[in-house]
Amino acid sequence: MAGTAVLGRVTWRAAKAVAVHDETATARTLALAICDWPGHVAGQHVDVRLTAPDGYSAVRSYSIASAPSSDGRIEITVERLPNGEVSPYLTQEVVVGDELELRGPIGGWFVWRSVQTEPIQLVAGGSGIVPLMAMIRSRRSAGSSAPFRLLYSVREPETVFYRDELQALSNQGDSVVISYVYTRVTPKDWPRPAGRIDAPLIGTGTWPSTLRPTSYVCGTTSFVEHATDLLIAAGHDRERIRTERFGATGERK
Amino acid sequence: MNASMNYLDGNAAAGELSTIFVADITSAEGQCANCGGKKPFAEAHLYMQCPGLVARCALCGHVLLRFANVQGRVFLDLRGMTYLSVDAAPQ
Repeated sequence: MAGTAVLGRVTWRAAKAVAVHDETATARTLALAICDWPGHVAGQHVDVRLTAPDGYSAVRSYSIASAPSSDGRIEITVERLPNGEVSPYLTQEVVVGDELELRGPIGGWFVWRSVQTEPIQLVAGGSGIVPLMAMIRSRRSAGSSAPFRLLYSVREPETVFYRDELQALSNQGDSVVISYVYTRVTPKDWPRPAGRIDAPLIGTGTWPSTLRPTSYVCGTTSFVEHATDLLIAAGHDRERIRTERFGATGERK
Repeated sequence: MNASMNYLDGNAAAGELSTIFVADITSAEGQCANCGGKKPFAEAHLYMQCPGLVARCALCGHVLLRFANVQGRVFLDLRGMTYLSVDAAPQ
């Protein structure tokens, strides 16, 4: 069944770009059609390998942004990193029809499965939204009514990924409750000054620990450590917090 | 970024480790040979700014695993874990 195939040898597969669109000034979503794709679970990632004509190759990990499906396609959203080896190519050079090598799906820990019915707290820092968006989309496509909240920290309003889709979701009742945090520049008349996530914001922008939510925190290492410490200080059980860190080290996401 | 934050986590090693492990390594539970702590491998701290990968215990910092792929030959050092328990039949 698509979306449940986790076990099995992970191998390099040929993938072809079938659509591209910009999310922000520095991030682009690529839709990829993959040979013999076994399906994925929301939260998993893939490794992308680029090989130069001289044989030099570079591998980077990117989270899958799309909900599980059986059509052999996934979407990834790539943030362009200054001086990156791979992300400038994926965000500026790739056109529809180009081929890439891809390994995955990878990871069975930082995943949300539609059989989970408990409250879910998502905490995203910057492009850490990508695997959490797959969970939000998976919730919708599976018809799940698990209570979801998203706390999404961004530098400024223009750096929000999936803005229209998130806006549409937050306008629906019985959907995903979304809180934004702006660390550098806020929208006009925003009630909270620009700044990092802090304890009062955890208090107002997340499920209370008494509901025993499962939390998924994704962002840079410093973001993840900071947000996780705040959740634990607010009474959340460390065992119910799942984390995924990325950074320029491995050019994650 | 603070030097002490210069790590990722076990999730980022899973693609490379799939050259050896068929089962999902991120949800595998490992026991640290130093402190005895048991954690999912996904939560290990991963250092990638070296020729290979080094995973350290999130609780005590002890080296759990070293991995290197050198010209097509893979080297794996697991002596930092007393055991690794994998889910043979995930959902």
